Amino acid sequence: MTDDPWARTLAALAALAVDPALKGLTLRVRAGPVRTALDHALTALPGPMHRIHPALSDEALFGGIDVTASLAAGRQVRSGGLAAGPAILLLPMAERVPPGLAARLAQLLDSGTGHRLILLDEGADAEECAPACLRERLAFATDLTALRHDETTGGLPAPADLDAARQLLPRVTAPPEAAATLTGLAVRFGIDSLRAPLLALRAARALAALNDRAAIGDDDLRRAAELVYAPRATCLPEAPPEPPDPPAPDDDRPDDEAADGQTEHLDRIPDEILVEAVRTCLPPELLNGLHRHPTRTATGSGAGARRKGNRRGRPLPARPGRPDGRARIDLLATLRAAAPWQTLRRRARPDGPHIHIHPADIRLKRCEDRSDRLLVFLVDASGSTAMTRLAEAKGAVELLLGQAYARRDHVALIAMRGTGAELLLPPTRSLVQARRRLTALPGGGGTPLASGLGESLSVARSARHHGLAPALVLLTDGKANIALDGTANRAQAAADTDRLASAILAADLPGLLIDISSRPAPATAPLARALGAHHLSLPHADAPRISRAVTAALAG
Amino acid sequence: MTRAFPFSAIVGQADMKLAMILTAVDPGIGGVLVFGDRGTGKSTAVRALAALLPQITAIEGCPVNSPTPEDVPDWVETATGQQVRRPTPVVDLPLGVTEDRVTGALDIERALTRGEKAFEPGLLARANRGYLYIDEVNLLEDHVVDLLLDVAQTGVNAVEREGLSIRHPARFVLVGSGNPEEGELRPQLLDRFGLSVDVRSPDTIEERVEVIRRRDAFETDHACFMQRWEIEDAKVRDAITAGRLALPLTRTPDEVLHDCAALSVALGVDGLRGELTMLRAARALAAYEGTAAPDRSHLRRVAPLAMGHRMRRDPLDEASATARVTRAVEEVLA
Repeated sequence: MTDDPWARTLAALAALAVDPALKGLTLRVRAGPVRTALDHALTALPGPMHRIHPALSDEALFGGIDVTASLAAGRQVRSGGLAAGPAILLLPMAERVPPGLAARLAQLLDSGTGHRLILLDEGADAEECAPACLRERLAFATDLTALRHDETTGGLPAPADLDAARQLLPRVTAPPEAAATLTGLAVRFGIDSLRAPLLALRAARALAALNDRAAIGDDDLRRAAELVYAPRATCLPEAPPEPPDPPAPDDDRPDDEAADGQTEHLDRIPDEILVEAVRTCLPPELLNGLHRHPTRTATGSGAGARRKGNRRGRPLPARPGRPDGRARIDLLATLRAAAPWQTLRRRARPDGPHIHIHPADIRLKRCEDRSDRLLVFLVDASGSTAMTRLAEAKGAVELLLGQAYARRDHVALIAMRGTGAELLLPPTRSLVQARRRLTALPGGGGTPLASGLGESLSVARSARHHGLAPALVLLTDGKANIALDGTANRAQAAADTDRLASAILAADLPGLLIDISSRPAPATAPLARALGAHHLSLPHADAPRISRAVTAALAG
Repeated sequence: MTRAFPFSAIVGQADMKLAMILTAVDPGIGGVLVFGDRGTGKSTAVRALAALLPQITAIEGCPVNSPTPEDVPDWVETATGQQVRRPTPVVDLPLGVTEDRVTGALDIERALTRGEKAFEPGLLARANRGYLYIDEVNLLEDHVVDLLLDVAQTGVNAVEREGLSIRHPARFVLVGSGNPEEGELRPQLLDRFGLSVDVRSPDTIEERVEVIRRRDAFETDHACFMQRWEIEDAKVRDAITAGRLALPLTRTPDEVLHDCAALSVALGVDGLRGELTMLRAARALAAYEGTAAPDRSHLRRVAPLAMGHRMRRDPLDEASATARVTRAVEEVLA
């Protein structure tokens, strides 16, 4: 089968048009000519389509009281939401969907009302992607970022064909082995969720209906596996286990059978062909995808920086605005704003209500809260520290993790060893994970300090983007000897380190440097100054002392 | 709206099903916390349970599902006084919900447009006498979780804000689900869920295939499938109804009390909530299975559910809680 992402997108859209229970499609595509071609293709989908946005309010989605109309009419006017009738919801900027809306959309998809969701994910890097709870529920996902415009040829099948397929769909039968084949395949690709094989089976049905067949054939199974499993695969299958029965004796028969039926010899298509089909569609950067972490914006009341919200925390003066279900109306301020106008308004509408309140008078409550903090641990696991004090550093980090747990901080763990830095744990609150990764961390190799600082900076930036307040805890002996490009060049390494340190200073990232060399290293104090970080030289400290010092330094 | 997947057709997940049945027999056990990966049938089980439970009698138009006209709170204006049968409510609480939506608040639109002080009931009112389901409870804001647990425990929702002073009954079973990889619940909150279950995807291919087959049959051959499982569901429903009736008559032998206490001591559990829950769960299980009093076999089955999440733990300890409980149970009840 083809591995052309455009063809796969079209196949997915066609299947979606035939069977609403496939829920939808995640498309990774940036603005550009390809996106224009896609928008054009989407218009061909039958049924009502609504474009929604990540700041969608509950009222717009589930319906509610239309405040403006209610105030004007002097009685309650309700507006029906998008959830009222089945529709295709098109959501651009899906990578920015807040968890609240994602949960509501997931609820809507689960309710079985025939809603379909097309996520247009415009994330710039692998970290930025649509919420996992939605991607999990949608059958398909394709990545169009690498596509050129001239490759976007062809469109959806004609509406009449889609109609015919929809009529045929309830009558499409599945061969008894289909469920077993698809489930086994999902396991081999390391897909744990049972939604995947279910969706794949449905997709196979829809594809068979599109091909005007009354039974699922091998091609449909293969195509469905390609479409549904490729984006979800978490591992490539191991070398195939010895097939239980060698297929050789059957080899002379296919000729006469291929002519008549699509389904009969299904039990004989080796899984290998299906595996190959999916493998060809797997993105080359699969392993990056494995580290993908659900996008999450921070909830409140942490120890981090202040941010303004309107739900909790210290009250701030009220602001004019429209009630959208998320903000609370400040009744007193609203009345105060309306009071001076009462005489005028009464004159304008003598038959109106007692109090004349216009939408513009509405004031919303605002509060100031503190965002969650993210502690980025950058641990030097190079040969020079591994020999002496890596165990002690691990102990210190473990103690700090315990404290982070108590303060509900998020943590991330980056290790520097060999030729580059590695993000062992993306920002998470899961302490069990952090501890597991830390315990498994081996030491050895050079000290790629520059690469470690660069990685921390990018983690911190993306965390800020998600509303966290990052802080850096660096445990090193300061002996940078690997440059950014991975070569062992001490002078270049020092230059790179200085450059990144000043970038971190410019990013205003609060930090703490803990010197873990066996003797106080002369290099660490200037580095701490360059980073604008607290410096802590504890040549023979035990882990609890380091931990106390960190608490004191970061409390300030 | 299609009907929910039948409860008895859920493959495996015995612990989760048992925990949910126990809360149906005795809602006083407290909530259930279900932790597991995505796509393991957590939400399916909750929705299935709702369809399984016997219908309740409620006053038509009453937002808190009051059973008799006398129970309707005085602020309710929409109640007709007619008794109707309606399914046990299961209310979804989405992430990012505001406190107003949960507890109810002053009906601002009405206050502004008509100058009347009226109460707009929230999700807690709708969940009264039923279930409140929170997906991804570990990502819910802490203050909302605190509020929910507080109400779940007292059974009363008291709203004191914006010049309103309103109380209404809010007796519901809290079902929380989540993925532990994405964050943890604070121990204080864990302790206030009655039972906890860890669910995993089925291990064997056969079981997984069976899940897919049943689900596929549910979707493609709906009527026939429902008919087949309706019989099984009816059996469970009858057992729950019988269990509810038998529960007040279930005795508690002294040995069971002693065993509960000994288990708690062996596990080093703080507070007495664990023992009480374990006892209630054992009694509910005995009532559900039609025995007059719980014995050690019942305790053995409910101990991991009631104790797994209550043990004092080091947040960095990796040993599975269920394994530790099972070991302690074997030692104490040997």
